[in-house]
Amino acid sequence: MASVSMTVNGKSVSGDVAPNTLLVDFLRENLRLTGTHVGCDTSQCGACVIHVNGKSVKACTMLAVQAEGADVTTIEGLANGDQLHPMQEAFREHHGLQCGFCTPGMVMSAVDLANTIDNPDEKTIRHWLEGNICRCTGYHNIVKAIEAGSKAMQAGKQAAD
Amino acid sequence: MTKMTVGQPIKRVEDKRFLTGRGKYTDDINRPGQTYAYIVRSPHAHAKINGINKAAAEAMPGVHAVFTGDDTKDLGGIPCGWQVHSKDGTPMAEPRHPMLAEGKARHVGDPVAMVVADTREQARAAAEALEIDYQELPAVSDTGSALGDGQPLVHDDVSSNLCYDWIIGEEADADAAIAKAHHVTEIDLVNNRLVANPMEPRAAIGEFDESTGEYTLHTTSQNPHVIRLLMGAFVLSIPEHKLRVVAPDVGGGFGSKIYHYAEEALVTWASAKVGRPIKWTADRSEAFISDAHGRDHVSHAKLAMDENGKFLALKVETTANMGAYLSTFAPCVPTYLYATLLAGVYTTPIVFANVKAVFTNTVPVDAYRGAGRPEATYLLERIVEKAAREMGLAQDELRRRNFIPADAFPYQTPVALQYDSGDYLATMEKAIELSNYESFEDRRQEAASRGKLRGIGFSTYVEACGIAPSAVVGSLGARAGLYECGQVRVHPTGSVTVFTGTHSHGQGHETTFAQLVADKLGIPMENVEISHGDTNKIPFGMGTYGSRSLAVGGVAIDRALDKVVAKAKKIAAHLMEASEADIEFENGEFRVAGTDKTTAFGDVALTAYVPHNYPIEELEPGLEETAFFDPLNFSYPGGCHICEVEIDPETGVTEVVGMTAVDDFGRIINPMIVHGQVHGGLAQGIGQALLESCVYDESGQLVTGSYMDYTMPRADNLPSYTVDDHCVPAAHNPLGVKGCGEVGAIGSPPSVINAVLDALNPLGVRDISMPATPMKVWQAIQDAKMSQAAD
Ligand code: FES
Ligand code: FES
Repeated sequence: MASVSMTVNGKSVSGDVAPNTLLVDFLRENLRLTGTHVGCDTSQCGACVIHVNGKSVKACTMLAVQAEGADVTTIEGLANGDQLHPMQEAFREHHGLQCGFCTPGMVMSAVDLANTIDNPDEKTIRHWLEGNICRCTGYHNIVKAIEAGSKAMQAGKQAAD
Repeated sequence: MTKMTVGQPIKRVEDKRFLTGRGKYTDDINRPGQTYAYIVRSPHAHAKINGINKAAAEAMPGVHAVFTGDDTKDLGGIPCGWQVHSKDGTPMAEPRHPMLAEGKARHVGDPVAMVVADTREQARAAAEALEIDYQELPAVSDTGSALGDGQPLVHDDVSSNLCYDWIIGEEADADAAIAKAHHVTEIDLVNNRLVANPMEPRAAIGEFDESTGEYTLHTTSQNPHVIRLLMGAFVLSIPEHKLRVVAPDVGGGFGSKIYHYAEEALVTWASAKVGRPIKWTADRSEAFISDAHGRDHVSHAKLAMDENGKFLALKVETTANMGAYLSTFAPCVPTYLYATLLAGVYTTPIVFANVKAVFTNTVPVDAYRGAGRPEATYLLERIVEKAAREMGLAQDELRRRNFIPADAFPYQTPVALQYDSGDYLATMEKAIELSNYESFEDRRQEAASRGKLRGIGFSTYVEACGIAPSAVVGSLGARAGLYECGQVRVHPTGSVTVFTGTHSHGQGHETTFAQLVADKLGIPMENVEISHGDTNKIPFGMGTYGSRSLAVGGVAIDRALDKVVAKAKKIAAHLMEASEADIEFENGEFRVAGTDKTTAFGDVALTAYVPHNYPIEELEPGLEETAFFDPLNFSYPGGCHICEVEIDPETGVTEVVGMTAVDDFGRIINPMIVHGQVHGGLAQGIGQALLESCVYDESGQLVTGSYMDYTMPRADNLPSYTVDDHCVPAAHNPLGVKGCGEVGAIGSPPSVINAVLDALNPLGVRDISMPATPMKVWQAIQDAKMSQAAD
């Protein structure tokens, strides 16, 4: 067992884990943050995407101990209280989700995209989502949602500046 | 007045919990004292199990128990819910499907043992210590050759691997029409095997309460009552009142979560033995070798035409792979959901089909989005396109000459079904317009100037869904009824909970059904809660598949609402001292006709529960009604999908540059949700046509067992779609709804392949199989060049 501490959704947390415990399992089982999902065992599906120090990461490709000291955000930490994050709101507005299983990873990945590239176009979005599989939506509305969510984030940033 | 919501793109009620990570899927649930199961699966396609030594595994840390087929052999096998009869009247071969292998493993992934331990890791480690003495046997995995002489037998007691040999129609009539036809088009087709791959892998938690004797199973199911029925009555002999099945949020199904699976029964049964709840969650690799697969047909077909291209007869021979055992609905997929659709949207007067279902050493095959209807559509639309080329007619022209006209409904096909309504010409005309078909040749030339091959392909289809009439399916071999149940509970304050036997795993029932209720009762949607997925809450239900939730389940809710309104009118009449016949109900208000005397829905609800001033001699207190709906016919969505592709002849890469779908859904409650369903279906259809294929090698090993090898459609493989509708209300249900869940996956695959063939036609390529991967396309181009050079 190894002990590990990190900040998750703004709170400092720590726990004892086996050295080979994946970060996704630490989040889901130790912290019971079950919004981060596991859809595959080959790091292909992106259902587990979270932010580690502000960048999107597949939580199944990282050991819990590798996140020692890191600042982690999961889907549970994205909204501001009852108010959805603009990207979450855009997914709702554009019907970017059906069963919801891929959704946390999609949203976390999309937020990183919008933070990385200003107002991404359809092609850029589709390319960025290469690592996120959705079986329900056919991506059409996810792409629309991310276009709109990115714009809303941009507008929010400008308003804040 | 509350705003009417039906027909409006109302945003989904369920989204917020999913968007904030607060959905509750089975694996998100932990029960107190929970242990974990690991299922040990056969690594061989076919093997005799000479013995299993449990001792070492049992001694591993944390292990509670190790179970094998010896422990479960006196329990029931996994039952099949549909019996098909062969043409000679004999029932299909139905070999035992054990929960854990009994002496023999019959496919890679066949469960052989279950280890239960305190943690997942301990269970897995102990599984590795299990000593299983396998003796490998020769295996058969290929559909087309499973019946061949000298093939290994999957079941010792099923001769030549034949499950059934079934026919529909008159063969002699078809042969006679073919013999004297002006032209006969022939085609050989493979409908590729697919894996449904909902993003949430299957999971199950079994638990036993010793104090009440009640079992509870949480499971990733599309139909918890069906699981309760199959598992309780046929496998474990647990009566319904002692068995609760809960299907919480479920992350997609597409058919693969309809069926009763061994793992569900194992964790339920073993939870009493171990005395602790037991959770099992599939890995994705495990899902590939244990979730039922889809499609997998090999067919030969002949289409006879007169000199004008009028279809005279269609003759089809199909071999359908059942896999190693019969999954819940498997036998009906290549028969009643396939061959009965072979008239398609055409007036073909004679249709004959012979379907042979075969056992192989592969994962069981069952319904996957569309189930049978995509296979029928693929066959028809490929042969129709080929016929058009052979007859020198444009792809739309041959179809025009053969469509069932809009004024011919109800239309009796030669293969049992009676279509209630539709307008195939109108959907095609609209798709032609939206896809800019008329200017296609300009785009082809422009693409050619860039060295690209551009093609356009059609598919016009009809499907049967809203599954459905119990009497009909019963006469065809279903071992259950297929009605649906809805219960409407009006609370004293006028808010409403609706209990539905359907299940939502992405379809948005919490929104669509709430729209129905809100409009009918004139109350805001926020006052309506839709409850599904728990057999202890919902009176009964058959679940969600075959695009049946609205057409069957929605109508049951609508009928229950009618009963609620009827009773409420009686209460209102009493309150307003009027005669019941004079009471009108509109916008949540009861009114004495022709007066301004009104009483609100909420007041009536309160009176029903606080019956101080109440017609107690004639009426019971309370306001809660239940309805079951069993329609008289299926519903028949149809439409036209037009695909446009561009192929790079240097690499064989096909890009879908346009996908237009115009479908007839009957009446639409929420267009946003309906079109979203189409998008998802189109992605799966394009996936089947260009990307996805489940491949077994000759020894029965699954070659495509992970997302590294099985190509799931990703965002950058797909275009944005043009989706529209042209709706004719359904005639067999009072809502006029038809269904939308499967149309995308049913209609689109042949449109994609027809587009690919259209692009490659100038090079002399006449056939290509799904999935049309870059390798296959490139190879087809090279082969065509070689043969042209040789000529
Ligand atoms: S679980 Fe699939 S990528 Fe992490
Ligand atoms: S919404 Fe179901 S997998 Fe994306």
